[in-house]
Amino acid sequence: MAILLIDNLHTGYPGKPIISGLTLPPLTSGEVTVLTGPNAAGKSTLLRAIAGLLRIKGSMAYEGQELEALSSQKRAEVVSFMPQSVPTDINLSVIEAVISALKASPLDAATSGNEQLYKRAIAVLERIGIAHLALEPLNQLSGGQRQMASLARSVVREPKVLLLDEPTSALDLNHQLKVMRLARSFAADGRIVVMVLHDLNLALRWADHVIVMDKGIIASHGRPTAAITPEIIAQVYGVAIRVETCSLGLPNLIVDREL
Amino acid sequence: MSTTTAAIEKGYRKQFAKRIVLLVALGLATTLSFFFDMVVGPSMLSVAEVFQAIFSPDAVELSSRIIIWEVRMPYSIMALLVGASLSLAGCEMQTIMNNAMASPFTLGVSAAASFGAALAIIIGVSLPGVAGDWMVIVNAFVFAFGATLLLQALSSTRGAGPEGLVLFGIALVFTFNAFTGIMQYIASAEALQQFIFWSLGSLTKANWDNIPLLFALFVIIVPFSLASAWPLTALRLGEDSARSFGVAVRRLRFLSLLRISLLTAGSVAFVGTIGFIGLVGPHIAKLLIGEDHRFSLPASILSGALIMSLASLASKAIVVGAIIPVGIVTSLIGVPVFIALILNKRKR
Repeated sequence: MAILLIDNLHTGYPGKPIISGLTLPPLTSGEVTVLTGPNAAGKSTLLRAIAGLLRIKGSMAYEGQELEALSSQKRAEVVSFMPQSVPTDINLSVIEAVISALKASPLDAATSGNEQLYKRAIAVLERIGIAHLALEPLNQLSGGQRQMASLARSVVREPKVLLLDEPTSALDLNHQLKVMRLARSFAADGRIVVMVLHDLNLALRWADHVIVMDKGIIASHGRPTAAITPEIIAQVYGVAIRVETCSLGLPNLIVDREL
Repeated sequence: MSTTTAAIEKGYRKQFAKRIVLLVALGLATTLSFFFDMVVGPSMLSVAEVFQAIFSPDAVELSSRIIIWEVRMPYSIMALLVGASLSLAGCEMQTIMNNAMASPFTLGVSAAASFGAALAIIIGVSLPGVAGDWMVIVNAFVFAFGATLLLQALSSTRGAGPEGLVLFGIALVFTFNAFTGIMQYIASAEALQQFIFWSLGSLTKANWDNIPLLFALFVIIVPFSLASAWPLTALRLGEDSARSFGVAVRRLRFLSLLRISLLTAGSVAFVGTIGFIGLVGPHIAKLLIGEDHRFSLPASILSGALIMSLASLASKAIVVGAIIPVGIVTSLIGVPVFIALILNKRKR
């Protein structure tokens, strides 16, 4: 079991610290961790820091290896990041974009033959369920299709840690469930999957582990029903909720009112 | 292999082949334009005479040989080289700045290079140890590179959108034009005449001394540019994504800026300011061939060379017997295209 340990993390933007001295519970392979919390809680900032997109102080270690000590290329072998938004005006086909994700920096020699890379790109599109869009230009796709294509690019290099920033924000119900099922299957491959989600019902049903953040710190964490409680939600969102068990025996969050 | 996989593979290969055909077609069109450019000129040589002078120079009169080899050929080759260089610089610039309006001319890099050249031509100032004709080249490069660094610093500032970058570029154009104006104001009559002749953007400055220099610069830079095709394509998917794919974006940008500055400075130093090729060339290339930089970079090179060659042809054909400075022709063609791009962007 691989572990990502984040200890005493300080990060943010120039002149605007967002996270100061954050220590996370260990993130383990095979698990889907959902980061949630109100707007400006620091969720995306945390994800971007792990992805190496922000300057940090503190420690982020995967299997004892400090991520900050790795070159861009080596770090990309460990961590991959799917951004919240992607450019809309790109004149590249879906498969070209996936292949460019593979060719952007060298992969290990065993899998870098062109034919193998090409097959790997198609396999990922098939797994994500968008092989039928392979030859479509990105600038002619819907927002949801672009998001699925972005997911394909972020997973194609087979990272050990997969970071997904609001991967369901532009998706319809059916595709939201698809993405959550895919996130679970990426974790089942032995990856650490960390995703930012606003939909607490998706978090309750699909996450192994939930971290509720507020103002750059952890408000609660643990198994979904332990982390998402009426008390915590009232405290961080100012909203009264109930978590009830539905007829299928699954937890279901009901929003009652603002507090 | 599933039906889908086979269909994707077939479609992908077809797309690949179509792009190769387009590149070959662009190459052929450029070659054709180059020969027409050689045929047209004030001294009314026939097509047969021109071809004879090129392929068996000893069989034609000395005057025809001199016209072809010493006047028209350098002029036509310089058109290809300058068009290719500026268009390649424009293509890379649009990608690394994530801005469809970026080009050496529109964002002030050419104006900065011109000012550097003015410093050398008018008051003879350059870096220590640099002398003679090299002063113009070195100064053009130093100022072009400085301007690209400034643009880069601005484009990486949070909140500076594509419009902000274009506005800053316009500010750079005016600033460097004003500095150049000051240089002209204090220049001696002789230096001023020399500078005006230089600044018009004319291919008549092409000769067998400066062509090898620009050719060498171009041939050295192109492989580095093509070697960056994949990371540049990945950068089109957003900086965060590119970094997540293992691209060292800061290094990629720096080296690309270095190439842009060298290509722009080389062109400006030898033929003066040529407008809009760096904007229009890459746009035509990307429209034809997409944004896979393995194809869009060579397509930009070829489309830039083709447009410049056609502009050179037009500069000789518009007024029979006279050669209009080619910079004027490219601006006349470029301005409507530039406006169309802005309007098109607004619509979206």
